[in-house]
Parts: sequence; structure tokens; C-alpha cells
Amino acid sequence: MARRSLRIWGLALAAALTTSSLAACGGGSSASGQPEKPDSPVTLRMTTWTSDETQIKTFESIADGYIKEHPDLVKDVKFETVSGDDYMVGLTTQIAGGNVPDLAWILESNGPEFVKSGALTNLTPYLEKAKGYDLDDLLPNALDLWRDGDAIYAYPFSNSPFGVFVNTDLIKAAGQPNPADLVAKGQWTWDKARDISAAVAKTSGNNGLVIRDFDYTNWENLAEVWDSWGAAPWSDDGTTCTMDSPQMVEAMTWIHDAIFKDGAIPGPGTDVDFFGGKTAMTVTQVSRASGLDGSFHWDLVPLPSGPEGHVNVIGQAGIGVLAQGAHPDIAANFLAYFTDAASAKKLAGFFPPPRQSLIKASTLKKSNPLLSEKQLQEVVVDGVKDAVTKPSHPNFAQIKETTRIALDDLWKPDADVKSVLGNVCDQIAPLLKD
Amino acid sequence: MALLTARTVSPAASVSGRTSLSSLQRRDRWVGVAFVAPQLVGWAAFVAVPLVMVVWYSLHDWQVLTNSFTFSGMDNYRRMFRDPSMHDALVASGIFSLGLVVLNVTLALFLALMLNQRLPGSTVFRAIFFSPVVASLAAWSIVWGFLLQNHGGINGFLELVGIDGPNWLRGGATAMLSVIVVQVLKGVGLNMILFLAALQVVPEELREAARLDGAGAWRVFRSITIPLISPTILMVSILTVIGSLEVFAQIAILTAGGPGNDTTVLVYYLYQQAFIYHDFGYGSAVSVLMFVVVLVLTLLQWQARRKWVLDET
Repeated sequence: MARRSLRIWGLALAAALTTSSLAACGGGSSASGQPEKPDSPVTLRMTTWTSDETQIKTFESIADGYIKEHPDLVKDVKFETVSGDDYMVGLTTQIAGGNVPDLAWILESNGPEFVKSGALTNLTPYLEKAKGYDLDDLLPNALDLWRDGDAIYAYPFSNSPFGVFVNTDLIKAAGQPNPADLVAKGQWTWDKARDISAAVAKTSGNNGLVIRDFDYTNWENLAEVWDSWGAAPWSDDGTTCTMDSPQMVEAMTWIHDAIFKDGAIPGPGTDVDFFGGKTAMTVTQVSRASGLDGSFHWDLVPLPSGPEGHVNVIGQAGIGVLAQGAHPDIAANFLAYFTDAASAKKLAGFFPPPRQSLIKASTLKKSNPLLSEKQLQEVVVDGVKDAVTKPSHPNFAQIKETTRIALDDLWKPDADVKSVLGNVCDQIAPLLKD
Repeated sequence: MALLTARTVSPAASVSGRTSLSSLQRRDRWVGVAFVAPQLVGWAAFVAVPLVMVVWYSLHDWQVLTNSFTFSGMDNYRRMFRDPSMHDALVASGIFSLGLVVLNVTLALFLALMLNQRLPGSTVFRAIFFSPVVASLAAWSIVWGFLLQNHGGINGFLELVGIDGPNWLRGGATAMLSVIVVQVLKGVGLNMILFLAALQVVPEELREAARLDGAGAWRVFRSITIPLISPTILMVSILTVIGSLEVFAQIAILTAGGPGNDTTVLVYYLYQQAFIYHDFGYGSAVSVLMFVVVLVLTLLQWQARRKWVLDET
């Protein structure tokens, strides 16, 4: 009886494992860049970070066009939203559970991890084969994160530059200079932004400068500041920690002082939202303009300059085809259509595109009615030129958490910046080499 | 005689009676099985099989993105004992569980004793203390997140009475204290109701008799009330210890394991390993350890009951 029970348990285990293994094994991709015709048209599934209905509808309309052209390949494309901070957790859980989507929206910080792990299908043959795709139209650095040699593993459909939204009502009330005037005079620096913010905080009790999404947890967002000091968390090849470099120490000292000495940046443990109208300025991406409701006067200006001058910073998001998916070749063919020149024009309504032909203030204005052509020119069109992308690494998840833990010692008034950053390097050095 | 004849049962009839009784028993057994089958199937599918699978996964190096699943024997377990972060997580879990169990059980018993006095307004207070139990855990944690901010409601109140409150969720000790208190306030109502139900069946005459013998209020409580409600204390303790080791949402929402890793308890550590670092093999090993810890603590409490729970000696 005992033996029989064991056998039954063994079978159950084997069945469960076989099911998950089978589910995990998808079809292969084709090196020819042409998908094989399936027995019957398939349904593709793509996970998306956005839950915006208008954006999803645009995705669906592009998909409808593809289905019309290829009724023998695809009968439906489903866009599934996994929203919020847990997007990557949701995506990897689906992969682990054998419920692998065909395509996925991938955030830039996880880009190298997906590219290096082999989780994504090589898109190059499909993009090269696609009619009128015009790969040369893509911005020179746009693909850096998403390629390995000649192989392109994801299309960076969103190249969103960081800018500074300012509450001109609060700044005027505090008797401070208008940031747009400082931009015009070439005097828009981080020091000026700090002084204006500190004055607003001091005179009105409102908040000063907010690095959006930093929250003393997502430290990689501080790149929007430290890039102007010429600092970076690690070397270009990703193997050496540079968190303790003189440039980084100087940049972090500036940030630390702005928080604890000047009161220009709200301290840890404070939840602040610029769009509520009680904050002088916030560093964030242009797409956040949708949060403005007209309850106060505002402006959008480029990132301020630091000791190393002005540095454009962008955040990217890519779409890739998962190699473990059920139909990688068909999904790659669909992705080539979804991101070709015509579709990219439709996507540009929401996401600053990586195509030089589409980065025009007049084009972007159509889908960003809240922003003026001048703002779009200065922040978006000029902002993607020679832009630095936010930090990323093939081992980013572990490095991010380890750094977060070590950096917590910095967010205290009496912190020794140099020693904390030295400790960060001690902690992450082995992870960078993994 | 007629009566005797009527009551006489022949050996053959007796055998047939036994047979029909046995068939009835068999049928009853199958009916019983049919009744428990849905629960049994659910238990097998959602408890037993995943439990076995987790042990199986813990013996593998499973990298989700690379789709590699290779047998690694006890490597994950050996790594666990060398991992300093694992040690920190165990310490954090120990502090959290100890703080939660002591505060929760003590406060629940105190509230139940107060409500058992049947003072005016008892029903209202009972509803007030119980209402957090039915509130959404995520909503409860988010609201407390706002209240515990540096310039949030709690410090605003403290400022009114001239106290400069700490940055609750950013200091190591205060962050742990905060998540413990938030969890105590969330769950104390349920334990309070359980204690109240137990207190209400303690015979008044026993207490009366003790008082007549000269026992004071404390002595009555210690020698009459506590022993009589000790089975409930045992049950509440076991449930609270298990619950304390399973805390996750509050940590994820309030502190995300910080500052540093001061509030990274075992479940949060498991979540980090499996779902953030995508190391499902090691995450599975941590969950097996957690299962063993819960099992051992529950067995220890169960064994200890003989020493202090009434009617269990």
C-alpha cells in the first residue's frame, strides 16, 4: 500500500513537472526571418506595463492591421496589463509558471538581464526582412541596451527624456527667478534649482525639489542628477564599481546637503506628489504631463546643468519576443510590423520614438496637447540627443537591492558620504562580476 | 413464550443482519469519502503537491530567464547556512514574531477582560476593535504608511502635545516597532473575540467560591480564569505564531524590508530571492526552511501544553 502511494505521488510529481517543462518549451525562432505557416492561425499574447486604455486601443488597432494582412498566421493578439512596481515580478512569475507570453514590455533596468540571459529571440532577421522597416532611421544609441553584437533582442519603442516640471505659482510667490528665464540665459544649474526649491520650502512650507520615483529606494533615479557631475555607478563594461569615484562622492554630497542642510529636497519618509500642487519642481519624464489638471500654473524645462555641463538622460522601454513563448517566429514577425515606420508613428503619440524621422516637435505636439512646441523641442527633441540611459546591468535586480540597503546609511543627517559609498562598492563589487 | 419466540433470532438471520450492517457501514464510508473528497482534492492540489514540488525545486538551480533547471542536491541548503542575509532575516523574523505574539496576546486578553465586565458601551468598543480584522490588509497598510510618514498623522499628533516624533519607518528600531504595532492593531480584534468567548463560559460560581475563600482579584484571575481559558490561550498562541511568520504585505508596503534590511523577515527574504532575483531554487529552499520552522514551533507549543493547559496533563 505504501509503495503504491509512493508511486502515485511520484506520478503526480512527474506529471506536474512534465506539464511545466512542456509549457516552458516553446517553438524555435527562424533564422530566415520568415515565420512558418501554422496549421491554424494562432493567438499571440503580450504583457504590457501600461494600463492606459487609449494606449492599449492603439496597440490593438495596430494588431488588427497585422491580422488583416496575415490572417493565416494570427487570429488575435491579446494585450495583458501587469501594472505597477511589480511588473517584472508578474512577468517572471508567468515565465516560471510555464505561462510564457509571446511578447513582453521590458523596462530598461532589466534590459541587459533579458538580453544576456538568452530569454529573448534575436529580432534582427525579422526587422531586416520587414518591408520598409528602415533600421537606419533608429537613433544611434537607442539600441545599445537591447543588442548583443549584431543581434537585436528588443525594440526600444519608448525613449522618454527626463525634464523638470516647475510650479511657477509657488516659485513666483517665493520671489524666485523663473526657471525658463534661467534656461534662456544659460544659468539653469542644479545649484539654482536647489536654491529656488529651498526658498519655496522655507517661505511657504511647501516641498522643494522632488526626484520622482526615487523615494529613497529607487536610487537609480538619482542618475538624472549625478550624470551632470560625470558620475556613474559602474564602469561602461559593468564590471567595476564607481560609486566611490570622486565625481559620485561630489554629486552625492550635493544631494545629501540639498536634503539635510538646505531643505531643498524633501527628506526620507515623506510622500510627495508634484501634481498635487504643493511642490516647487519635480524631475520626471514628459509622459507624466497627463497628471496635470490645470489647478496651478506650470512649465516644463530641461534638466539643469552640473559641473560637467548639461547631460540628457532618458528612460527606455523595449518590446521583446520571449524565446520560451509558444510562437516566437510569428511573434517576431508581428513585432516587426508593430514597430515599423508606419506603426511607430502611431506609437509616437504616447511614447517618444527612437526614430529620427519622428522626433519632431510638430509631430509630438499632436499627441501632447498640454505641452507647447517649445517645451517639446527643448525637452524631448533636444533631450534624446546623445542621451545617457538610466543605469542598468545584467545583474541589476540583485545590485539594486544590495545598493539600496547600503545606501540607507546615507539618508541620515550625519552620514559620511565617502565612507557610505565605499561600503556600497564593497557590497556590490562581487555582484558586478557575476 | 410468544414474546420470547418473537425475539429469538436464528443464527442464519444473525449472520445476514451482520452482513447487511457491514454493507451499510461500507456505504456510509463511501458517503463519508464523497463528502470530504472536494476538500481532499483541494488540499492535495493546493497544499500537498505544491509542498512536494517546493522541496523538489529546492534541490535544483532554477534560473527562470535562462530556462535552466539543473539538479544541485543540497547546494541551496548549504548556501543558506553560509548566507549572512539569511541570518539577518531569521533574526528579524524572531524579533517580529516575539514582539507580535507578546503584544497581540497580552492586548487581546486585556481587551477581552475589559469587555467581559459588560460595562456600558462594550458592544461599540467590541465592534471598534474587531473592525480592522475585516479591513483589507493592503488598504490598512497603505493608510498606516501615510500616518507613519515623517510629517504624517502620528507625528502631527505628537507635535500637538509637544513631542518631536521620530521618522518611524526610516529608523531600524522604530520601523520594526511600527510594523509590529500595525499588525497587532490589525489582528488583535480576532484574538480578543476568541478570549471573550472563552471568558464568558468561565463559571461565575467558581470565581465566587474563590472570593469566599479569600482570594483577591489577581489570585482569582491567576488560579481560576487563566487555567480555565488556557486551551484558548494555546490556540491563540499557535495561530499568532504561525501568522507572525507569514507576514508579508505589511512589510512590502510599509518598509520594503528596510531601512537596510532591518525588517527583511523570512517571507520577504524568500520573495526577494525568488521573485526579484529570479532565483527560484534558492527561494524554494528558504520556503522549506520556513515550513520547518513553523512546524517545529507549533510542535513545541503542542508539547508544552501538557504543562500548562487544563485537561491536557
